[in-house]
Amino acid sequence: MSQALLEQFHDPALCRDLLERLKAELSGELRFMEVCGTHTVAIFQSGLRSLLPKEIVHLSGPGCPVCVTHESEVNAFLDLAGRPGVILATFGDLMRVPGRKGHNLKNAQADGARVAVVYSPSDALKLAQDNPTDTVVFLGVGFETTAPTVAATVLTAKAQGLTNFQVLSFHKLVPPALEVLLADEGTRIDAFILPGHVSAIIGLEPYKVIASRFGKAAAITGFEPVDILSALVFLARCKKEGRAEVANLYRRVVADAGNPKARAIMAQVFTPSDALWRGIGRIPGSGLELADSFAAFDAKKHFGLVIEDCPPLPGCKCGDVLKGRIRPDQCPLFKKSCTPAKPVGPCMVSTEGSCAAYYKYQVD
Amino acid sequence: MSDKILLDYGSGGRASHRLVADLFLKHLGNPELNRLNDAARIDLTGPLAMSTDTFTVDPIFFPGGDIGSLAVHGTVNDVSMLGAAPRFLTCGFILEEGLPIADLTRIVASMGKAAQEAGVLVVAGDTKVVPKGAVDKIFINTTGIGEIIANPVPSGESARPGDAILVTGSVGDHGLAILSTRQGLSFGTPVLSDAASLNHSIARLLKAVPEIHVLRDPTRGGLATTVNEIALSSKVCCELDEEAIPVRPEVRGGCSFLGLDPLYLANEGKFLCFLPGALADKALEVLRADPLCTGAVRIGTVTDAHPGKVVLKTPLGGTRLLNMLEGEQLPRIC
Repeated sequence: MSQALLEQFHDPALCRDLLERLKAELSGELRFMEVCGTHTVAIFQSGLRSLLPKEIVHLSGPGCPVCVTHESEVNAFLDLAGRPGVILATFGDLMRVPGRKGHNLKNAQADGARVAVVYSPSDALKLAQDNPTDTVVFLGVGFETTAPTVAATVLTAKAQGLTNFQVLSFHKLVPPALEVLLADEGTRIDAFILPGHVSAIIGLEPYKVIASRFGKAAAITGFEPVDILSALVFLARCKKEGRAEVANLYRRVVADAGNPKARAIMAQVFTPSDALWRGIGRIPGSGLELADSFAAFDAKKHFGLVIEDCPPLPGCKCGDVLKGRIRPDQCPLFKKSCTPAKPVGPCMVSTEGSCAAYYKYQVD
Repeated sequence: MSDKILLDYGSGGRASHRLVADLFLKHLGNPELNRLNDAARIDLTGPLAMSTDTFTVDPIFFPGGDIGSLAVHGTVNDVSMLGAAPRFLTCGFILEEGLPIADLTRIVASMGKAAQEAGVLVVAGDTKVVPKGAVDKIFINTTGIGEIIANPVPSGESARPGDAILVTGSVGDHGLAILSTRQGLSFGTPVLSDAASLNHSIARLLKAVPEIHVLRDPTRGGLATTVNEIALSSKVCCELDEEAIPVRPEVRGGCSFLGLDPLYLANEGKFLCFLPGALADKALEVLRADPLCTGAVRIGTVTDAHPGKVVLKTPLGGTRLLNMLEGEQLPRIC
């Protein structure tokens, strides 16, 4: 998209106009949750949050894959990191995620583990080709956005006959987590802003249950202020009219049908499994593991890793934050023992986590 | 001489002497340095300002400068920010065995030129050579001393509610020039480092407007970190207008591509000035007449709303916190 066109999506006059329309559509309190961390940051960074009418309660959901990576999954990374002949390949933002006793991959690296920060799974494949006597394990963390590229990389590795490339798959699926949030009686959410990137893969269909079973409105939208405000206007109107509807307002990127080709590659390489979400717990069918025909690339099987649930970190309220029950600043650890430099819980770890955004951008 | 630096050159023997005479004195020499005494004799009067900085930038040559000129500009600027006229520099070199002599010559010549332009003399120096791998090519330390010409003396704790906040030009140029060179990226318009000695600009400004509260050059951590430091030391709130902060379109584009925020990128040829609001226009007029500060603008105001914090007014009209840089520092940039 051209820069000039993009400019229009944060045009101040248009945003003021949309804010007026939003006020006109409001009928009492509107509690909305954005599912994606990129939306969280966009809402804070643009200053939009400070302009929203007071009837709007902004809650940030579990939409950052780093945030929801479970302690026991991090422990599995750390176990692998210590092993001889293993090189871990990971996206950079996993480096600081704390596992057992607050340890993370940075500590492991300082202790001598070989950890390479990569920008794409294909970089990890290259690393395996360049280091034939070592085993390169790619840490597969991400939602439906990332999983297809990892799947394509596994297909390439298989085609090339590589035997020293493996994936530790902790991929997670967004719709099952949304259903858990909606089914939880403690959750108070009126409407959802749905993730732009994930939706580009899965399309509109998986979200329809939000309206049909749970009677809430939701909108897929982009990351510019005009996108976000347009979605809020739509959600406020739905609430006023008592309408439960799921709409795609991000048609310049998201097709209603999503990306069937990417889904087909995912379905070929992965099968759904139960997964542990930090702050939420075990969610059936919300993970992806390598299909049997790709077992040779499955680090979990190769190294016999067992991922067991473990109790949440003492005092950490990330679960309540992720479910929209409390605001980040209502957690007793916020800005005290939990800061971006020394995060206790997942919401503070990633730059796209709701607590980290609150810490970084919120004035009061 | 060999065409590469050998461990012999740091031995103190004949090889060291040749390096000093043929290279360092040739480009940095002056009557005091040429005596090659163990220490330099200097004459200074009144209150003095002193500062030291070590330069490890990677790459050592970058668009708009190199580690040598940067080592002069950086320390000259640090001394100047106390409202002082820098007079003398010392420099210490740590060289990696195998460094091409041609590179060292280019760096030292560039230091000589920068020192001459800034009007400072290099009066003492030291060279060590360490085995390959013990440092990355060349590290340079410079220490500077100068005479304070400002009264009152500007200081980070002196910002007061009602002060105007000025910046002397576009931010993020140096940081992006370094990062894009390192990543092998080129943008439509090449981004040059803004590295420059600001002492003459500061002297002119102080002469016209002596009532300056804070002078600070936003180097590592960029404008955002520097303004935060001032808000904390002065226990005041700095309110900045995001739209007023000058960022070159090519820097904005490069930052967007690399996922960086220009407000956190280093600058080496800009400074921030806090002074009573009523004097802002006069200071801007003086600054804009200076070739290094033609882009000077007012970017904000000091208030007592949220002491210790920096609040950014966004183009949408909203407000948010502009916090210190969190987490890992970017790789070496100065």
